[in-house]
Amino acid sequence: MIKEMPIESIALKIRQEILKMAMGAGGGHIAPSYSMTDIVTELYFDNVLKYDAANPKWDGRDYFILSKGHGVLALYVALSIAGFFSKEQLYSFGKIGSDLGSLARANSVPGIEASTGSLGHGLSYACGIALALKKDNLTNKVYVLLGDGECEEGSIWEAVMFAAHNKLNNLTVIVDYNKLQAMDSIKNIMSIENFSDRFRSFGFDAVDIDGHDYAEIRSALLGDTFISPEPIDKPKAIIAHTVKGKGISFMENVPIWHYRIPNDDELKIALQELKMTKEDLGDYERLSYRNVI
Amino acid sequence: MRSAYLETLYELAGKDKNVYAIISDNGAIVYDKYRQDFPDQFINAGISEANMVAMAAGMAERGKIPFAYTIGAFLAYRAYEFILNDVCMMNKNVKMVGIGEGCSYSLLGASHHTIFDLAVLRPLPNLTILSPASPMEVKKSVQAAYKINGPVYIRIGTNREPEIYDTDYDFAVGKGIKLRQGTDIALITTGSIAYDVLKAADELEKQGISACVINIHTIKPFDEDIVIRSCVETGNVCVVEEHSVIGGLGSAVAEVVARNNIYVKFTGIGLYDFVHGYGKHDELKKDNGLGIDAIVDACKMVVRG
Repeated sequence: MIKEMPIESIALKIRQEILKMAMGAGGGHIAPSYSMTDIVTELYFDNVLKYDAANPKWDGRDYFILSKGHGVLALYVALSIAGFFSKEQLYSFGKIGSDLGSLARANSVPGIEASTGSLGHGLSYACGIALALKKDNLTNKVYVLLGDGECEEGSIWEAVMFAAHNKLNNLTVIVDYNKLQAMDSIKNIMSIENFSDRFRSFGFDAVDIDGHDYAEIRSALLGDTFISPEPIDKPKAIIAHTVKGKGISFMENVPIWHYRIPNDDELKIALQELKMTKEDLGDYERLSYRNVI
Repeated sequence: MRSAYLETLYELAGKDKNVYAIISDNGAIVYDKYRQDFPDQFINAGISEANMVAMAAGMAERGKIPFAYTIGAFLAYRAYEFILNDVCMMNKNVKMVGIGEGCSYSLLGASHHTIFDLAVLRPLPNLTILSPASPMEVKKSVQAAYKINGPVYIRIGTNREPEIYDTDYDFAVGKGIKLRQGTDIALITTGSIAYDVLKAADELEKQGISACVINIHTIKPFDEDIVIRSCVETGNVCVVEEHSVIGGLGSAVAEVVARNNIYVKFTGIGLYDFVHGYGKHDELKKDNGLGIDAIVDACKMVVRG
């Protein structure tokens, strides 16, 4: 069923569900989730990431570490569609008694590999997994998604050095390069752009891609577009040029939408652009956690 | 203590291929034998404590048992939020070994003194905190830590601590040890300063005060029973720690006393603010109010005061 859907339709579905969840909870990071939605869609629904939804801790799985934990809405929906947990649990988002909050929490939510939210942690954690896999001569891959603003954290570059030095060629870093951080554009806050040059200078192989072009995302995730063919001994960095808020016009590239919920007028536009009706939102209320229990 | 740690780690690494020694570029000579014999189980993570701790958590996710080792101050303060988020919150099987307890790096000064580690680490969920008193107890702590499937912090000194145990003994995580019997006052202590506390108890004996000595080698989980019992039995308690008087063993004992409505005369001696000065470790302790004489005087004040 879901596997037969065109990738665009799955991505649209994820964006629709994100809006429903955020509206139902009255909070959540919509725009930061929209910039990475297409990347997550490719990872989970285009035969890129190896996983077993019925057995989330399957030893043969690839790892996806969401270091920008505030993008977790997109991941929740992907995991739910993939079968890691029910739609009811998905719609419990942000409610008392739920394990689903606006930042990623491991152990309690199937498929979430790491507790993140405090920035600058996920890449180090991913390095440990990648190193351990190599020590055991296993071929599982490790993907880690960083925010662009997150790269202002010093620990990111500690981990980048570590990954390159230890030749973690089973590690792929994806930077969700949406050009905005919480308060303003990155370039107005901290000059850390030219990501691919920076990663290369630290010993990574790096490529720039359009983070909303499914074919480009897929090729990069599979390692096809890198300079050196496999097996090279460099970790990879995909600089995914994205649009924060992608999918809802008034959210796109506007910093204030980092953490904001549409008002009634804005909601009308959002629903229209996501090909939804008010009844679709009603579906949220019907399935919401408080009504289930 | 450092040699005892490395000998034990060496034994564990020989027996279990999942045991890893991870360092943050410290221990130049002391790791030589380990590095030579277990090169595949040794990682120098570079001078980057935060990355070392979170990276170790990732290794634990894959079933490895990393022993991440550096100066306690750098672990507990610099990597604190990584210990919190990556190790404790996710309950990962990472052992963190902080060397240089108290002011044992006595020539290096405040940046290297580890005197707030217990205060900041005690609240962390899932974390076991071990604070052994002697080389033999370091061995037992490391072996115990290996058997725990979860985060452990082990606080150890440097390499000059004397042994306090004559013979082998039972070590159980979370159970304090009565090192010396006594009826007038309970001296409760942790770490290598236990040696000084035993000396102070001998001196008190000469002066007519019978002091029992309790070694709290596990700061968390905390042995409330032994604290309550010794307080009730003696009516007087003096906590001695090579740690800030705020947030460490003294605070833990005071919490137990207050929560259980125990009437006891209480005093605690430890370190205040930054340790001042440089010198030999014993001299520095003495100069900062933590000498044997200071312990004796504090006990006399409580018992006779």
